Amino acid sequence: MTTENLTMAKAINEGLRRAMEKDPKVLLMGEDIGKLGGVFRVTDGLQKDFGELRVVDAPLAESGIVGAAVGLAMRGYRPVCEIQFDGFVYPAFDQIVSQVAKQHARSGGVYKMALVIRIPFEGGIGAIEHHSESPESYFAHTAGLRVYSPTNAYDAYWMIQEAIASDDPVIFCEPKSRYWEKAEVDRETPARPATEAQIRRAGSDVTVVTYGASVKTCLRAAQAAEGEGRQLEVIDLRSISPVDYPTLAASVEKTGRVVVVSEAPPVASVAGDIAATLSEMCFYSLRAPIVRVSGYHVPYPPSRIEEEYLPNVDRILDAVDRVMECES
Amino acid sequence: MDEVPMIQLLNPEGERVSNSEYESSLSAAEILGLYRDMAIIRRLCNEATSLQRQGQLALWAPVQGQEAAQIGAGHALLPNDFTFPSYREHGIAWKRGIPPLDWLRLFRGVTMGGWDPLQYRHSNPTIVIGNQALNAVGYAMGIQRDGADEAVMTFFGDGGSSQGDIHEACVFAGVFNAPVVFFIQNNHWAISEPTTRQSRIPLFHRASGYGFPGVRVDGNDVLAVYEVTKRALDNARSGNGPSLIEAFTYRMGAHTTSDDPTRYRLEAELETWRHRDPLERVKSYLVRTHGEPQSTFDEIAADADHMALDLREGLLSLPDPAPLSMFDHVYTEPHPLIEAGRRELIDLGFGGEQ
Ligand SMILES: Cc1ncc(C[n+]2csc(CCOP(=O)(O)OP(=O)(O)O)c2C)c(N)n1
Ligand SMILES: [Mg+2]
Repeated sequence: MTTENLTMAKAINEGLRRAMEKDPKVLLMGEDIGKLGGVFRVTDGLQKDFGELRVVDAPLAESGIVGAAVGLAMRGYRPVCEIQFDGFVYPAFDQIVSQVAKQHARSGGVYKMALVIRIPFEGGIGAIEHHSESPESYFAHTAGLRVYSPTNAYDAYWMIQEAIASDDPVIFCEPKSRYWEKAEVDRETPARPATEAQIRRAGSDVTVVTYGASVKTCLRAAQAAEGEGRQLEVIDLRSISPVDYPTLAASVEKTGRVVVVSEAPPVASVAGDIAATLSEMCFYSLRAPIVRVSGYHVPYPPSRIEEEYLPNVDRILDAVDRVMECES
Repeated sequence: MDEVPMIQLLNPEGERVSNSEYESSLSAAEILGLYRDMAIIRRLCNEATSLQRQGQLALWAPVQGQEAAQIGAGHALLPNDFTFPSYREHGIAWKRGIPPLDWLRLFRGVTMGGWDPLQYRHSNPTIVIGNQALNAVGYAMGIQRDGADEAVMTFFGDGGSSQGDIHEACVFAGVFNAPVVFFIQNNHWAISEPTTRQSRIPLFHRASGYGFPGVRVDGNDVLAVYEVTKRALDNARSGNGPSLIEAFTYRMGAHTTSDDPTRYRLEAELETWRHRDPLERVKSYLVRTHGEPQSTFDEIAADADHMALDLREGLLSLPDPAPLSMFDHVYTEPHPLIEAGRRELIDLGFGGEQ
């Protein structure tokens, strides 16, 4: 059977397995990824099958994990690092920004930083502090890094393999609140390349640009909007850096209106940059200012009020109202 | 690493053992007080675990097995000392006088902190492993500059000992001779990873590399932990600089309520440590040596049950925070983005009565 209904967590697990089978240089490193299979069980069973040299339970040190992965990459390995939660990537931030992102340029293209850093990110799971953050903008801001984010099992299965096969370093942001959602995974037919954004729902009134956990929320909003006679076009970026602007611009030319949705706080964010870039690219097609729906400029709040922080259907529909009301 | 000698004053059988460097200075009444502390936090911790199972807490990090390490260390603190915990230091919070309900707020998801750190001189839990040790050293550097007669103690685990922040904290503490005590609870596990994944040598040996004393104490022996910590704090307060204590103990429960330890550790290991229980040995000692009647222990258990009930009731009546509170305390001065966010949430109908 080539297709199977899998959770996104299991699909990533299988994608990792396939990458490890194909290329003996692929190895995994992270905290609790061996016997435990990772706190989300994404690496479940891999240490048993590939051994401790290829599935490494690392000491509790993120700078160590990423810094050592840089060295392994210099030696021709393809490390896949797991950061246990988004809020724990910061001890490794220096290695990511100063070494992972820059070694290739610094060495005149000699050192291939063919490594992947997997980060379960975003909120919505009722967790305590540091377990619900959206650090993607820091990485998108850093030249030399690619930032991918799958939003369904099929994409996840293929995109993780694509990220591992890439000679560029990839920050692989996994929307943890979607780990347990199932989708058909076709193991024969590769997904479109990560760098292509995908139109998840076609519509002619408003282009809704989004990624991560918000894709699902936007699809719900699109359904609700249809009841009000509005057709939203929901685009899942898949690659947060680089952004597939041709696909976005083509949609904006059709709709003339844009809402950008993500969980991250809005200042100096991926969403803000997309809004600015589309304003430049599509100035003459835009019929309204671009509106963002995001988290707020506050630390991610205690879980009992995270629903009020996260973009939800109401806030997305409000934004749709705003861009629709604007007649120019 | 189990074979390395450690400071012990009360063995698992509840017999006093002599030590060439340390002597117990506690009276029977004080020892009974420590037993009571341990019994209470164990009981409250079990209550918190069941509250989590019933969906009333998002998560809980049990302290079971580590009561002596925390109560012994906490007892050695003076009111003006300052402590920097990780997320599992409920016993220290108890000794600092923080109401148990306040420990639970963070785990219920109604706050990021839970108490006024300056009031209790106990910082809020630090979840990012290792961060607090550097903050503790900085605080200690402040004490030095103020010429105050105070010490700082910071807590982290065997896993935490691997973090770069811990190394940097030890370097700073060493070169500045800061009045800080690094208290490692080596509970043998960092989630699923054994301590051997963090170090080839006993953790307390690391201290010598930084130029200050390190000691391993039986972390399940409250008498020994108290004496060892007391001396370390006294040294810090009197200008003799930092030290490191490795409390050799064991995490009897799961890492947190989200964890499934059957995936990575063996029942036999738990069995070994069950025989080293920190409460049982004190009880045997008090019964055997001081003729403490069973009724004393029954009363303590009844008190602890009452407190657990209070804790449950308090938790169930905790209100959720107002959504607008997410904008509180982000800055000290007015900030346009805070105002804008607040206005948006009010427009969305989440005004509430702030
Ligand atoms: C920087 C960072 N990385 C990862 C985690 C996730 N995490 C939480 S607790 C833990 C294990 C900690 O073990 P240890 O330091 O021994 O303390 P213990 O839990 O045993 O008390 C890990 C990996 C974290 N909180 N912070
Ligand atoms: Mg530990």
